[in-house]
Amino acid sequence: MLIKLTGGTVYDPANGIDGQVRNLFIRDGRIVHSLNGATPDQEYDLRGKVVMAGAIDMHTHIGGGKVTIARNLLPEDHRADPEPRRGLMRAGCGHAAPSTLTTGYRYAEMGYTAGFEPAVLPINARQAHMEMADVPLLDVGGYVMLGSDDFFLRLLSAGSDQKLINDYVAWTIRSAKAIGIKVVNPGGISAFKFNQRMLDLDEKHVYYGVTPRQILKSLARAVHELGVPHPLHVHGCNLGVPGNVETTLNTISGIEGLPMHLTHIQFHSYGVEGDRKFSSGAARIAEAINANKNITIDVGQILFGQTVTASGDSMRQHANAGHAHPDKWVCMDIECDAGCGVVPFKYRDKNFVNALQWCIGLETFLLIDDPWRVFLTTDHPNGAPFTTYPHLIRLLMDKSFRNDMLATINPEAAALSTLGSIDREYSLYEIAIMTRAGAARLLGLTDRGHLGAGAAADITVYTDQADKEKMFTRPDYVFKDGELVVRNGEVVKVVWGNLHTVQPEFDNGIEARLRDYFDRYHTMKLDNFVINDWEIEGDGRSKILVHPCHQGTRS
Amino acid sequence: MTDKTSAKVWENVPSPFCGIASDDLRIEVCGSSVRVLANGDAVTVPGFERPVTDTAPRIAGEPASLEDAVRRAAEILKEARLPVFSGFGTDVNDTRAALALIDKVRGIFDQARAAGGVRNLLALADSGWIATTLAEVKNRVEVLLVFGSDVEAAFPRFFERFVWNRETLFGQDPARREVICVGRAPSGDAAVSPDGRRPQVVECDPRHLPELAAALSALARGASLQAETVGGIPVVVLRGIVERLRRSSYSVVTWVAGQLDFAHADLTVQQVCQMVALLNKETRAAVLPLGGQDGDRTASQVCAWLTGYPTRVSFARGFPEYDPYLNDASRLLKDGEADALVWVSSLSPAPPPAAEVPTVVIGRSGMQFDEEPEVYIPVGVPGIDHAGHMYRCDNVVAMPLYALRDCGLTTAAAVLAAIEQSL
Repeated sequence: MLIKLTGGTVYDPANGIDGQVRNLFIRDGRIVHSLNGATPDQEYDLRGKVVMAGAIDMHTHIGGGKVTIARNLLPEDHRADPEPRRGLMRAGCGHAAPSTLTTGYRYAEMGYTAGFEPAVLPINARQAHMEMADVPLLDVGGYVMLGSDDFFLRLLSAGSDQKLINDYVAWTIRSAKAIGIKVVNPGGISAFKFNQRMLDLDEKHVYYGVTPRQILKSLARAVHELGVPHPLHVHGCNLGVPGNVETTLNTISGIEGLPMHLTHIQFHSYGVEGDRKFSSGAARIAEAINANKNITIDVGQILFGQTVTASGDSMRQHANAGHAHPDKWVCMDIECDAGCGVVPFKYRDKNFVNALQWCIGLETFLLIDDPWRVFLTTDHPNGAPFTTYPHLIRLLMDKSFRNDMLATINPEAAALSTLGSIDREYSLYEIAIMTRAGAARLLGLTDRGHLGAGAAADITVYTDQADKEKMFTRPDYVFKDGELVVRNGEVVKVVWGNLHTVQPEFDNGIEARLRDYFDRYHTMKLDNFVINDWEIEGDGRSKILVHPCHQGTRS
Repeated sequence: MTDKTSAKVWENVPSPFCGIASDDLRIEVCGSSVRVLANGDAVTVPGFERPVTDTAPRIAGEPASLEDAVRRAAEILKEARLPVFSGFGTDVNDTRAALALIDKVRGIFDQARAAGGVRNLLALADSGWIATTLAEVKNRVEVLLVFGSDVEAAFPRFFERFVWNRETLFGQDPARREVICVGRAPSGDAAVSPDGRRPQVVECDPRHLPELAAALSALARGASLQAETVGGIPVVVLRGIVERLRRSSYSVVTWVAGQLDFAHADLTVQQVCQMVALLNKETRAAVLPLGGQDGDRTASQVCAWLTGYPTRVSFARGFPEYDPYLNDASRLLKDGEADALVWVSSLSPAPPPAAEVPTVVIGRSGMQFDEEPEVYIPVGVPGIDHAGHMYRCDNVVAMPLYALRDCGLTTAAAVLAAIEQSL
């Protein structure tokens, strides 16, 4: 199949193209330089249209145990957003924790072609993959969670050689079919099982005697030394605690130059100034990120309304359960491996804390200089459902709209924020970096997030409009691996995405040790824990894509 | 696997039947016959060893080709205004295929044993809980409180595998664990410790379980009760139990919701969960709702991620609607609301209830009927005849299932997909 996309205005930051009129050519799902004189089977006239690679959400809770707990917890939320069967699309439900099918349709309708689940518990990875397999139209991948699992904490506590830890990390990535490593409240999920209610960066876990700082360094080093492209993905200590800006700054300096991604940093950027002892730490965080090139972040912007927070951080979720709205919540201790907490939440624009959280997120976006190191997320669904992205993009691109919104929120919060004095507006090029090129680069996806020859033809075409929310809500066309899947914001074809993984090398000696550990302490056999290729590819929908690791060569 | 004469032995086989997903079974397959050689129990042995009898579909009791049976099933669904689907002893793929079909024909999804799961789900969706999983129990539990249930009757290996295990990760001697059975005495000796200590048993008439749960929750809240006994049990005994849990560094409270078979048992489950949530203000405790035999949890999980709702979902209006009371298959059949029944059960041989509406059974080979259904399509068992996935009772661990033999049986998923395609 040969396709020509004619005359679109192309934003392709990976290839330095900033709004130039170009033709694009697709041959059998891939972008090519030209069709070598062949007549295209299809041609799309994109004159006057904006063309970008398909968008990539690098942190979105779309599959796995805690998402389905959230689904089961909130039937009333689903009832308010039914999704009837129509056309090619099966029925489902939406809003905060949508059904998997609806998740895929709605992402695609906004021009997204990939989403990465950031909290895959090793023991629950199979479920995460089964759910993500039922998300149509999106490529997927997962970051597998370590750092509160007994096996790692035991290795660290015993002062094990980093090489052994690296082997375990690599084995876990491969067994769970993941693309990266996530750590959530390092050691804290485990500490909560021992009745510790907080664990600061240099505080010792009562059983293992190790600190979050040690955990972060060990895991960041493992990821780096294994050559896994995506840096250690960190949900830090003290989420949501006023004053946690200090913890976050210490976390940045404590990693000693190793690559590290700090996720939903908005929730970790709180000061204690002012009468309410709650203030914005965004400026200090942005300054630290501008100065430390080894650090990347995603924001975890909150937007006002009902949502649900679903996290591996059982310790902090339990501590925040009193804020649940509606008043119900679930926490779990999981398999000496991890945990989770699901707490419904309603962010209110007239509430001082929520309004300031909103400001802090936007300040963070606007004060960080380098769009290649900041990513557009709401930590779906924790800050807001992913369907709010077009609104968030407008807030970033349209200063007068942003200030209009600022005028409606809690006035005390607005007065404490510097947001009104920030003039920056993101350009389309910068949006394309944050949501495409940068995300692909951060994950090591060499053939996604750009429109150069050899890239997979995941392409989104918009009509440029003054109202960026409208523009990004409803693309004209979305192509997934070269197939037209969305036209005028409607799904016209349902395809199934790929699973992106890495397979770092390791010394297989670790497996004998793990086999014995599983036999003695776990409740399943090691062979049944490891996810096999047939489990992903067996029904012919998903394909496993393996991205290279560059062991020992990355800077 | 085509060798019909020589036996093959499989190690570490996961059981799709037992809800706690024991995966240490040793199984011998010889032709189509299966024998559990090691680590079987009263649930898994019959689950695995049930012989294959039917391999050909039947229409109105007469042998038929698979194509004809699929066509007849599709005709029934085309004529039906409100088909109800139930059974659902299935694996993940079978359930996926069923939900695709139910969505298309605007049917209703129910599970034969939804009632137990619903008791938990209603408590979950009303106030939530703080829960744990089997490996946490195995390595950390200090006091296990069983509420109103006979665990070993439904989960024969629960104590052996997760309470009286030999060693733990954190230096605890499992033999010193305490078991307290509140409201119902165990039927056997599984809860007796290896050194012969019997569990503390505090029995009452099952009618009093709701007030017992309420009393425990109130005591955990720190309330003083005016009553001196609850369900015949002295309050001082109950207070002692709550105090024991409060002193424990990690207690686990479990129940088998399928056994709490009385009206509004969800409110009892909720009280038990509230007690545990309250204990967590000071110490650590968690609930472990036991269930999930024969794919009960599996089908519910798949339904939750595909529709947003865990069970008893109607697509009659074109989108999923959850109603744990109205969408009960037995009620729909009794009240004449449903006009076709599709019974899908690839794990359990339990037949459909007698129904006056046309009935299609996509069921495990060997299913016995009091009344022959209009269509019966025998299918293979996930975990014996074909690979698949099942969920354990704690909703966290999904276990891979493997094909152990090949006797030519198709899968429920393939049959359901074929019906969908011929509509």
